[in-house]
Amino acid sequence: MNKANSFLKKIGTALFDNKVMIAFAAICLAAILLSGSSLSFIVDGVFTRITRNTFTVLALIIPVLAGLGLNFGIVIGAVAAQVAVFWVVYWGFSGFEGMMLCVLIATPLAVLFGYLVGRLFNRVKGAEMIAGLILGFFADGLYQLFFLVVIGGIIPVNNPKLIIAGGVGVKNTIDLTGNLKYAIDSVRMADIIAAFFYLIAAVTLVKLILHFLKKYQLNKGDLISLGIAGLLFGISLIPQVGRFLSTDRLGLLNALIAVLVVLIVIQVVRIIKILRTEKGNLRKIVRPVLTILVCGLIYGLTYLPEIEEVLLFVKLPVLPFLLIAGLCWFNHKLLSTRLGQNMRTVGQSQPVAMASGIDVDKTRVIAMIISTVLASWGQLIFLQNIGTFSTYGAHTQIAQFAIAALLVGGASVQKATNKQAIIGIILFHTLFIVAPQAGKQLFNNAQIGEYFRVFVSYGVIALSLAMHAWKKVKKEDQPGTELVEQE
Amino acid sequence: MKSLKNLYENIGLPRLIIGLFFVFLVVTSIALGFSPSAIFSDVVRRWLMYGTLVLAMVPGIQSGIGLNFGVSLGISAGLLGSVLAMEISFLRNWPEVLGAGAAWMTLLLALFFGVIMAAVLGTAYGLLLNRVKGSEMTVSTYVGFSVIAFMNIVWLSLAFKNGELSWPLQGQGLRNTASLAGSFGGLLSNPDTVSATQPPWLHWLAFRIGDFTLPLGLILVFGFLCFAVWLFFRSKLGIAMSGAGENQLFTTSSGINVDRKRIQGTAISTVLGAIGIILYAQTYGFLQLYNAPLMMGFASVASILIGGASVKRAKISHVLIGTLLFQGILVTALPVVNEVIEIGTLPEVLRIIISNGIILYALTKTKGGNQ
Repeated sequence: MNKANSFLKKIGTALFDNKVMIAFAAICLAAILLSGSSLSFIVDGVFTRITRNTFTVLALIIPVLAGLGLNFGIVIGAVAAQVAVFWVVYWGFSGFEGMMLCVLIATPLAVLFGYLVGRLFNRVKGAEMIAGLILGFFADGLYQLFFLVVIGGIIPVNNPKLIIAGGVGVKNTIDLTGNLKYAIDSVRMADIIAAFFYLIAAVTLVKLILHFLKKYQLNKGDLISLGIAGLLFGISLIPQVGRFLSTDRLGLLNALIAVLVVLIVIQVVRIIKILRTEKGNLRKIVRPVLTILVCGLIYGLTYLPEIEEVLLFVKLPVLPFLLIAGLCWFNHKLLSTRLGQNMRTVGQSQPVAMASGIDVDKTRVIAMIISTVLASWGQLIFLQNIGTFSTYGAHTQIAQFAIAALLVGGASVQKATNKQAIIGIILFHTLFIVAPQAGKQLFNNAQIGEYFRVFVSYGVIALSLAMHAWKKVKKEDQPGTELVEQE
Repeated sequence: MKSLKNLYENIGLPRLIIGLFFVFLVVTSIALGFSPSAIFSDVVRRWLMYGTLVLAMVPGIQSGIGLNFGVSLGISAGLLGSVLAMEISFLRNWPEVLGAGAAWMTLLLALFFGVIMAAVLGTAYGLLLNRVKGSEMTVSTYVGFSVIAFMNIVWLSLAFKNGELSWPLQGQGLRNTASLAGSFGGLLSNPDTVSATQPPWLHWLAFRIGDFTLPLGLILVFGFLCFAVWLFFRSKLGIAMSGAGENQLFTTSSGINVDRKRIQGTAISTVLGAIGIILYAQTYGFLQLYNAPLMMGFASVASILIGGASVKRAKISHVLIGTLLFQGILVTALPVVNEVIEIGTLPEVLRIIISNGIILYALTKTKGGNQ
């Protein structure tokens, strides 16, 4: 009886903690049902948007960790990326090399911008979010000045495709078809595996040299990773497998099966470990076994014709998803490093951090640099996928939408995780896809649906900021300023 | 020498730069052959057009809620009041029944509706801001954005009969920009409208002296509002409100309810926002709905900061100087820019850079000093 009660209570708190997410999921579900759109259309749209936007949303996590709140300043990272894209297109580079050049230009720019933003944020402690927001607008102004006046006006340029007829200022849209469009999306799986193998091989070689120089102790892990990379590379050379890997898109069905297999393998390894170390303690393996069962169930569901149709319809670009997974891993791993721990301490309490000898200002600046660089890469992924670069509009909304997506996933000003980011993106963009259609069905006006989704994105940020501030005030309510509540 | 330094410190670097830039623009435009009186007419018109919206910042800052980016709430109330008044005027056929008085009745009704709605909304908004002390600016910015986004849905769903407001041949939705020519547009500021629609004894409301247009009616209304706010902050209530903004602890200990003062300040700020947008539309001649007012709060904030206000202190003189400088630059920049380099969007870019730059500067000033 008591157990059941505590269980119910647990569910209750879980529901309460995820209230934003649950409410939003309900809105999404209602909108999906109202819109009457086909499942293939929605799932395809959602995955396209995951490809485009996840990287940027994940770039928000580190500043939250370091106590800088929601980084409205990622606009500046996007600006760095867009400056790079313009020049690369102007110089006529294309494809993957062009994209690499973009990264080479955008990264140092973003580091510089991130440093400056970090410095500014250190001067406005406690008001980072409003300063970041205003800074975004300010940077937009400077960006417009650069693209409208400086390019052509001061820096001589000559390219009638990119420059406004008068010779001063960049056109409104730059078509990326034929140069940078799909530069990342269209990298073939075989190439990724080969590159992965060469990278690991090179790293191992360096380690081996260091080993002989007695600067580094080669360990078992290094050899295992080389072995795995070599095995994968070897398999990819088999003609049948090679043909499959020579494409750049992976069907959602195959991707799902791959993920399920990986999950099951991980759980099996976990079970074996538990059985070996804690004999008889069978309660611990309940969770992994359940996970395996759920995986099996999901696999079974793929045989339902409706679901199979969707899964066969949707195709994923491989490299962006690997990059997203890599960033998730980076965010996760950073926590266990010294820098990550410092950031967390700074985020929790600056006086405590300072007392324990952490350079608070420097840690915050580093967090901003990382976030800005990641945001600029995120914008590169976004632009190459969307294929048209709207010169004066591509960056203006990214902070807005990325932050709203993160908050929808259940994150707050002080806590954000990879999981929340991904759930948030799925929910937020589902609403974005179905809202116009739902508005049309409900009010006979698609525009209302579009305005509704904008309202939701502003509203969710307002609500979340207000709730955060409210909590903070409650905590700080000192006896000296006892305030009479009135309603 | 010392007094010069004092003067410099009083003015502050940003205001000095912006002031000199304004003077430079005026001199350049006159040197380029533009008529000085035409330029000054424009400057005065824009000054008065934005003045009340900037004035709305004063009670907010004084009562301690900081820069009220959420003035969009008041703006929305004023716009809603205006469209309701125009629709009533159309349904009751006022132009025929009342003649020249129709425009006045519409304007008064718009103000009446706007003020009432703004007072209610402002009070509720003040209650919210009391819950989020210390983060008012961030919260109010997003509350402002949300309100505008919500009003977009409202504008789109309203089904009005007045053809000036609604799209033709569609049962639903209001226009992006509704002309006020048949209503209260220019009633206080446009000499042509005044002489065409009003009886001769009212022609003093707006008239021309050579090239120079003097919108006397608007000057009187704006002057009255400034005087009212000035007087209010000399009254017992106003002094208590300033005290609440200045030092919460001290004010609480002297028996003043700080929270109530903050709510009053927010409400007054919102009401002034509603009046402000109606006077703005009156001068402009058009009612701008949908996303047009999205960034107006920012322009108002920037103006008062340029005038020398801080996040904690603001005076009427800050409103007057700030609006004159900010709007003056924007008005005079356009012809100069068009003459020198032909990029029409440059004043807009200039506006973005100046307004956000000055807000950032003010933020670093206050917070930097607190550490």
